[in-house]
Amino acid sequence: MLIFEHSREERTNRAQMPRGEVALDDLPEGQRRGSGLGLPQASEMDVVRHYTRLSQQNFSIDTQFYPLGSCTMKYNPRGANEAAMLPGFLNRHPETPARFSQGIFSVLYDLQEMLADICGMHAVSLAPAAGAQGEYAGVAMIRAYHEAHGNHDRDEIIVPDSAHGTNPATASMGGFKTVEIATKPDGDIDLESLEEALSERTAGLMITNPSTLGLFERGIKEIADKVHDAGGLLYYDGANLNAILGKVRPGEMGFDVMHFNLHKTFSTPHGGGGPGAGPVGVSERLLPFVPVPLVAEGEDGSYFLEYEQQRPQTIGRMTAFPANIGVLLRAYAYIRMVGREGMERIAEHAVLNSNYLMEKLRPHYKVAYPERRAMHEFILTLEDLAKSEAHVAAMDVAKRMLDYGVHAPTAYFPLSVPECFLVEPTESEAKETLDHFADVLAKVRQEAESEPETVKNAPYTLPVKRLDDVRAAKELDLAWNGERKAAG
Amino acid sequence: MPFIPHTEADVREMLDTIGVSSVEELFAEIPENIRAKPLEKVPEGLSEMELMRLMRERAARDEAGLRTFVGAGAYEHHIPAAVWELATRGEYYSAYTPYQAEASQGTLQTIYEFQTMVAGLTGLEAANASLYDGGTALAEAILMAVRAHKGKSHKVLVPETVHPSYRRVAHSFCEAQGITLETVPYDEATGVVDPGALVGEANEHAALVVPQPNFFGRLEDAEALASWAKERGALVIAVVNPMSLALLTPPGEWGADIAVGEGQPLGLPMSSGGPYLGLMATTKKLVRQMPGRLVARTVDTDGKEGFALTLQAREQHIRRAKAKSNICTNQGLAMTAATIYMGLVGEEGLKQAAGVSHTNTRKLVDRLTAIDGVEQRFDGPFFHEAALRLPKPAGKVVEALQDHGILAGFDLGREYDGLDDTLLVCATETKTDADLDAFAEALKAVL
Repeated sequence: MLIFEHSREERTNRAQMPRGEVALDDLPEGQRRGSGLGLPQASEMDVVRHYTRLSQQNFSIDTQFYPLGSCTMKYNPRGANEAAMLPGFLNRHPETPARFSQGIFSVLYDLQEMLADICGMHAVSLAPAAGAQGEYAGVAMIRAYHEAHGNHDRDEIIVPDSAHGTNPATASMGGFKTVEIATKPDGDIDLESLEEALSERTAGLMITNPSTLGLFERGIKEIADKVHDAGGLLYYDGANLNAILGKVRPGEMGFDVMHFNLHKTFSTPHGGGGPGAGPVGVSERLLPFVPVPLVAEGEDGSYFLEYEQQRPQTIGRMTAFPANIGVLLRAYAYIRMVGREGMERIAEHAVLNSNYLMEKLRPHYKVAYPERRAMHEFILTLEDLAKSEAHVAAMDVAKRMLDYGVHAPTAYFPLSVPECFLVEPTESEAKETLDHFADVLAKVRQEAESEPETVKNAPYTLPVKRLDDVRAAKELDLAWNGERKAAG
Repeated sequence: MPFIPHTEADVREMLDTIGVSSVEELFAEIPENIRAKPLEKVPEGLSEMELMRLMRERAARDEAGLRTFVGAGAYEHHIPAAVWELATRGEYYSAYTPYQAEASQGTLQTIYEFQTMVAGLTGLEAANASLYDGGTALAEAILMAVRAHKGKSHKVLVPETVHPSYRRVAHSFCEAQGITLETVPYDEATGVVDPGALVGEANEHAALVVPQPNFFGRLEDAEALASWAKERGALVIAVVNPMSLALLTPPGEWGADIAVGEGQPLGLPMSSGGPYLGLMATTKKLVRQMPGRLVARTVDTDGKEGFALTLQAREQHIRRAKAKSNICTNQGLAMTAATIYMGLVGEEGLKQAAGVSHTNTRKLVDRLTAIDGVEQRFDGPFFHEAALRLPKPAGKVVEALQDHGILAGFDLGREYDGLDDTLLVCATETKTDADLDAFAEALKAVL
């Protein structure tokens, strides 16, 4: 049932109606709304029950194991939420002047410093509202850097074929052409392919390390040298930072610019798809171009925001107001609770969990890079099942897993491995959970072979069965028009 | 160790299963010469209690109790208690992008309801699952209009009456793609764009942006601006405050092809500037050009109604370099809160909140303009926010009023030449008569 179906014309929610005089005579007739708003009229209890029930139709970290590769679905500490919801932070207008903002600015300043330290970067700007926006900021800085040096012909960005889809999309938004390079059978970047791609048109290379194949790129130093020698810059996609916290820093691997996905590494909530935050870190030579604002410390120890006036070469603003402050506060709280000693432990236990789970699954599924050490995630390929007589696809196995109460891993990414699962357990899951997950996957494998139809028609136990994606796109019903779709 | 469950025995057993003797061995593929130096800026870990003490102390530094009369793109409205009680339930808070539709019906149906509400408010046919904020929504709308424009123009008209920060954000995202944003000046007496003063040939511009109400709170002649654009083959992008749509003609009815706006007034706290909520709606004809996530209603194998992400072929994870945008998420939790807010206040409640806000601003304007030397800066109707000319520089007045516990408004001189003496004020439904009186008294005292 939709919220609109709880609506009755004369039902109003008195407690949620502001009292007070309404006089609209100064609004010109021609500009006054004549049509309805399309909002429901429901009681408070109806609304509370409705959205409580809807929430219960979701898998989430708080209710299920959620090993989505590359998304790093680890526990979101509730203490961080409580800290971010303090009225002093929450009820502040973004135009509040600096002298009434020292508390919040001090938190943001410390966060900039801590992130720069964690990644071995010279400085960090917290401005971008999401990882993809951080990527855009990074690419825009690469562009601004080359332009400031008179290199207007550098219009190509190199990305590996296994890269996140955002990398080529971002490069293209930044006005660059993308050039794809190959990975070798062992998962590392093919240096010959890189050399062929490099030229005086190269503006930069975008990669993540560990890569989207879940592997540490062993040739990173050599790659960095080659790109730098060709006059390009190195962009680090921070998606997989969780695996290397405290072990190796992007700045020390030779990267010039990077973004952080705070929701992944620093455990801010994914919220059903956001909001995230995508701070960017830069080497000293890119500092003039960082997006504004930056939080700066004055000589008297007070904090203030620097905008275009102080940073004339900036690539500009990412959002209308400073940043996704609420997300930044949660990341700050998380980092403070984990602390210096905890940073390295995160990476260690994430990598331990990943390798353990890979080992447990090895007898049942084909591991894509069997000779390599998994970082915080690893790839299984189900190509043999899909090509077998049973024709059970990775997506079928994913749907069947849902019946056993665990979320499926990321399916069909990276694109370079057919019928794949990218599995990422994270450090916050216990051994028992991993054992149970391995048992479930082994059982589904058995089912796929002995009773393939059971798997192909899954799921059975969820609020709905397999949904018709083709009809969704063909009949394109994006807003309720008052008609029921079908009985149910 | 916070948030890591393993016992030493677990670790031992797991290492044995893997066949290594230490955790460190798992990192053997990382070359020695790039190993991290010890952290310097991250202090030792805190317990939750210690963390809360620290955060309370920091938050308290900013709790000066300033009464807020600033709008300028972020608005203080009452947020019903149930909104965030529900939105922060773990099942919403800790879920991810609904890629496995059957396991994400809660998030998906919420998005579908949100899309329906935004389409209804804007008077357009389809809305997406949200973008980052009002500024980025405008930037994406401009990119979308340029894609959709058949005349292949890369020029877009952007009036000065559009929020200055939105214009900056649009610049950050459009310039690299060779898009020119042409500024349209406002009439100094009225504070709106004069449709008669617009210049441009047929197909010269991909779009005209129309803010309604504009940054000065003034109502533009939206219909005339829209017809001017349509006659020349340009698309019309509306920038709206959703609260205003409870009372004003929606953009779909005055000719907008795309409507964007800041969804923060719909149940999101001001939160020092974010996270906010970018709204975007458009016509059926342009829906395939729209960036961002879309949810459609469909059926399952039993014919039962359900919801799924759709038209994903527009998106970066499939089209890569040819995607409509690099955006790969929405403002999920903020969108959830806004949906619950709109569900709770409903049609009548939103009209009432908008109506009381507008009436309060009018009362405030009456009280302030009764003071010698204070007058309305622009002629003509405003909604919910108004520009006042002061006998002193607005910046100085704003500063002086802070000592009276009042955040008086937005100093327009910061953004507009010739408006150094002009203050933009706003009073929402959260303000009482006593608040308005206090502002007037304090202003009298500092002038």
